[in-house]
Amino acid sequence: MAKELWKGNEAIAEAAIRAGCDCFFGYPITPQSEVPEYMSSHLPKTGGVFVQSESEVAAINMVYGAAGAGMRTMTSSSSPGISLKQEGITYLAASELPCVIVNVMRGGPGLGTIQPGQGDYFQATRGGGNGDYRTVVLAPSNVQETADFVQEAFDIADQYRNPVVVLADGLIGQMMEPIEWRPVQKRQLPAKDWAACGRKGRDHTNVINSLFLNPEECDALNRRLTVKYAEIEKNEVRWDTALCEDAEVLITAYGTPARIALTALEALREEGIKAGLFRPVTLWPFPAKALGDLAAEPRVKVILDVEMSSTGQMLDDVRLAVEGKKPIRYLGRAGGLIPTVEEMIESAKTALKEAQ
Amino acid sequence: MTAAGICAHRLTIVTGHYGTGKTEFAVNLALSLAAEGARVALADLDNVNPYFRPRERKALLDRAGIRLIATSQTCLDADIPAIPAELLTVLEDRSLRGVLDIGGDPAGARALARFQPKILGEDYQLLYVLNANRPEVRTPEAAVSCLRAIEETSGLACSALVNNTHLCGETTPEDIRRGAALAEAVSQRTGVPVLCHTAETRLLPGLTGLDAPVFPITIHMKKPWE
Repeated sequence: MAKELWKGNEAIAEAAIRAGCDCFFGYPITPQSEVPEYMSSHLPKTGGVFVQSESEVAAINMVYGAAGAGMRTMTSSSSPGISLKQEGITYLAASELPCVIVNVMRGGPGLGTIQPGQGDYFQATRGGGNGDYRTVVLAPSNVQETADFVQEAFDIADQYRNPVVVLADGLIGQMMEPIEWRPVQKRQLPAKDWAACGRKGRDHTNVINSLFLNPEECDALNRRLTVKYAEIEKNEVRWDTALCEDAEVLITAYGTPARIALTALEALREEGIKAGLFRPVTLWPFPAKALGDLAAEPRVKVILDVEMSSTGQMLDDVRLAVEGKKPIRYLGRAGGLIPTVEEMIESAKTALKEAQ
Repeated sequence: MTAAGICAHRLTIVTGHYGTGKTEFAVNLALSLAAEGARVALADLDNVNPYFRPRERKALLDRAGIRLIATSQTCLDADIPAIPAELLTVLEDRSLRGVLDIGGDPAGARALARFQPKILGEDYQLLYVLNANRPEVRTPEAAVSCLRAIEETSGLACSALVNNTHLCGETTPEDIRRGAALAEAVSQRTGVPVLCHTAETRLLPGLTGLDAPVFPITIHMKKPWE
């Protein structure tokens, strides 16, 4: 199929429609407003339901209701709006409801800026809501992946009965890139016989609930979730590498910084510096073993983590994966700024020099 | 084709569906006009997109001696659809050549409506930018429908069509020829003439024999890794 020019946010919405999204609930916030805008004009044409809710809190609770009734359901927002959804997300995870949550991140903390950011890594991978729960987190680094991952996210959510987060940064949402609508592999999915959508001749009523006052019952839920999360960690971890075969300095980055790294790698290689990129594609489950094994190779001298975050957030996962075997340096820009190709080249050179 | 050839009128208003490449075209037009010796002002009236607006290229425009009219510098990145009062300069100062970059779709064209009476009193042209690779305006019917909606919202009639069909770094002469066919079909349905096609300089050799002239452009609205 011929390539077309799509804006990241439009592709998110179109991908959801192509994946059979039945319901979208959302509220506008820059830089993701094209998602609800596109949904509002296109989803109803396919028989789906679009609701611009009165707030982000309302939207995520509408997701809870629709997902509980067995609908393929999505919401999207940007950083401060995703913060508002956290209570709903832990309820969804506890009630084991499948849904897709898209975060097109902007700079924070607080209201921050409408320029792009990656400061919501902790929130997405550690859970911004209460309790022991996990959400699968897919991190696209171009518009093609964004279109593919959103479609796949619905299947992952349905397979595990769990919320799936697609974590993009503002640049990916706002930029235009050529993509093709290629078929995304469909999974064998279990029937939604748990959905609260009418008794349908069953001998019991399905109940969607996250309240278990009896501690034994609540413990049983936690045990069940732990088993499920272990299965996801086993099956769903993904990463990508570039020029890692002989790399001495290893850049770790996801989303936009990973794109910048590809350009930086070319320049570094031209100067004879053996640089490679390790890009986590799932942020949870994090590809810890793959990164740890790579970092342990004797030729790898140093790791440079690059994020659109001031303190470094994925940096924690990189440290856990590398287990102190190699030095780790950090390059971060926040508040809407993006690390430049030149900064990345300089940081990689400095890191390698210090390690030798 | 020269920029003066494209801008036979004092004011050139650039409209279209969003994502068709209006800003790239407007920035190139302003830079070429300035290089050809005109006093140029570029008005960034895009209050729809938060990124990839002409104001991001202020340094480049400054160096070329182009006056950038945009929301005040102190709130460049504000999430506020404000129209700069300074826009009146370009509408009223007849010694200036003006290029007005309008936000996408009828939503973006709404910014024009407020100034419609003033614009009608000036020597202007309203251009409609086409890109056959944009899924929502790739058919003649859809492209005409968007054009009509922009005219209705702005209260201004479209003067000419610009075929700006591209696929970012993957553009081929075939893309531009497909865009030329779309522009021709839109022209036949509306009676609005095709003013020009645009193409990166590298593509020019493959673009002979088109009915309308080709305006060569250089990509300025780059992504951080380009």
